[in-house]
Amino acid sequence: MKNAGLLVMPAGFFLAVAAIVLFSSPAPRAIFVLSGLIVELIGLTVAVRAHLASRGEK
Amino acid sequence: MDPYAALPFPETAFALTLVLLLLAPLAIAGVALINTGLGRARSAAQSLLGSLVIVAVAVIVFALIGATFAYPPVGYLFQIAGKPWNWIGHGHFALSGLGAESVETQLGILFEFLAVAFAVIIAWGSGADRWRIAAGAAAAAILAAIVFPLLAYWVWGTGWLAQLGLNFALGQGFLDGGGASLVHVLGGLSALVVVWIAGPRKGKFPREGLSTAMPGHNAVYVLFGCLLALVGWLAWNMAGAILWLNITPTALPVIAIDTLLSAAGALAATFAITRIRFGKPDASLCANGWLAGLVTSSACASIATPVEALIAGIVAGIITPVFVELLELALSIDDPSGAISVHAVSGIWGLIAAGIFSSAPGQLIAQLVGIATLLGLILPLVYLLFWLLNRVLPFRVEADGERIGMDLHELGGGAYPEFVIHRDDSYR
Repeated sequence: MKNAGLLVMPAGFFLAVAAIVLFSSPAPRAIFVLSGLIVELIGLTVAVRAHLASRGEK
Repeated sequence: MDPYAALPFPETAFALTLVLLLLAPLAIAGVALINTGLGRARSAAQSLLGSLVIVAVAVIVFALIGATFAYPPVGYLFQIAGKPWNWIGHGHFALSGLGAESVETQLGILFEFLAVAFAVIIAWGSGADRWRIAAGAAAAAILAAIVFPLLAYWVWGTGWLAQLGLNFALGQGFLDGGGASLVHVLGGLSALVVVWIAGPRKGKFPREGLSTAMPGHNAVYVLFGCLLALVGWLAWNMAGAILWLNITPTALPVIAIDTLLSAAGALAATFAITRIRFGKPDASLCANGWLAGLVTSSACASIATPVEALIAGIVAGIITPVFVELLELALSIDDPSGAISVHAVSGIWGLIAAGIFSSAPGQLIAQLVGIATLLGLILPLVYLLFWLLNRVLPFRVEADGERIGMDLHELGGGAYPEFVIHRDDSYR
């Protein structure tokens, strides 16, 4: 699961980059860049939870 | 007018920047001392020797490989939506022809040498008492050869993050004069990966109950390291502002004041919080708060006003002890030096604060894109590289080495041979 979480994180990065390419007005750019960051935080949360779970199994 | 043309660099600015760069290594020395003091007595010599070794390896690898991609004003680019995306530089191999470059280029490369040394030393403290020197040096080599040069070109060179302002009207592009992103956030995220891969120290998280407290062995090292780091940080932020943000020397006193206020605000906040939380102020958490304020200043000292720098520091001083406790108690992450909270979290906060305090339209979005790059691209990349390295050269020392201490196991002698070092109670 840790690897799955880390694989999700680049998706957030590409979302943020796509936002600045596709939109020129500030509001949609900001919303999509924030969405990218939220996706990254979800991936990080999955990775951290996987770390917790693997520690509990030991 | 060519937007990429170099600005004139007067001799006075050259002399001043050179002197500042000669003082900047004190920040690295301070962090190395803090890392040693926060570790155990039986690993103190290994910690400081390891700091020297990984710095040495990092600068050699950066000279031979990394610098080729990090600084040059020209690079490889591709076009998306009609905009150039400079993604990697290509310069002379192994610094050949460096003497013929402009003085500004030479100073910039010297700054990058110091920055790569600083970035690699941050994770070393998080792997204290269990991370072998050989593996630490190999990890430093990877960061110096691949990850740091990429970020340095993107942020300090003519890479795509630096050009967000020109190409997409996002303020002045991603701003980070003091290296909060490619030194501190990179170092802090590397620390997280090291802790994930190496695992916690033996006995840190028992099967039942709370985590075991493993306090640092020398609070004096830690607190003196904070004072030493302040001197280095003042020089670091001012030199970075001259080199990467083209700030004139007349603006430097404000940057120094901002740096000091940020650290002071953070310390005051952490002191108050630990005093309220535990009944007495906690020395190691206060040291972490002070460092967090300095890290925050790396991003925003050259942008914020003194009051804004103070506010940024206070926020850093509040979030740092919260994250230290959260990571240890809720997430079972054993980070002896607190590098993840101090360098990664406070570095990210500093980058956000720089966006908030800047008056340029779109600057906050540029800063958020930079943060998204660090979290979404650099963290998985570092994890992949370190995971592969761990398969070849295991990070964690053998159980016996951890029991007798890293000094005896790796060096054959302790840091304090005339004193009795306590046995590890977790091995009863």
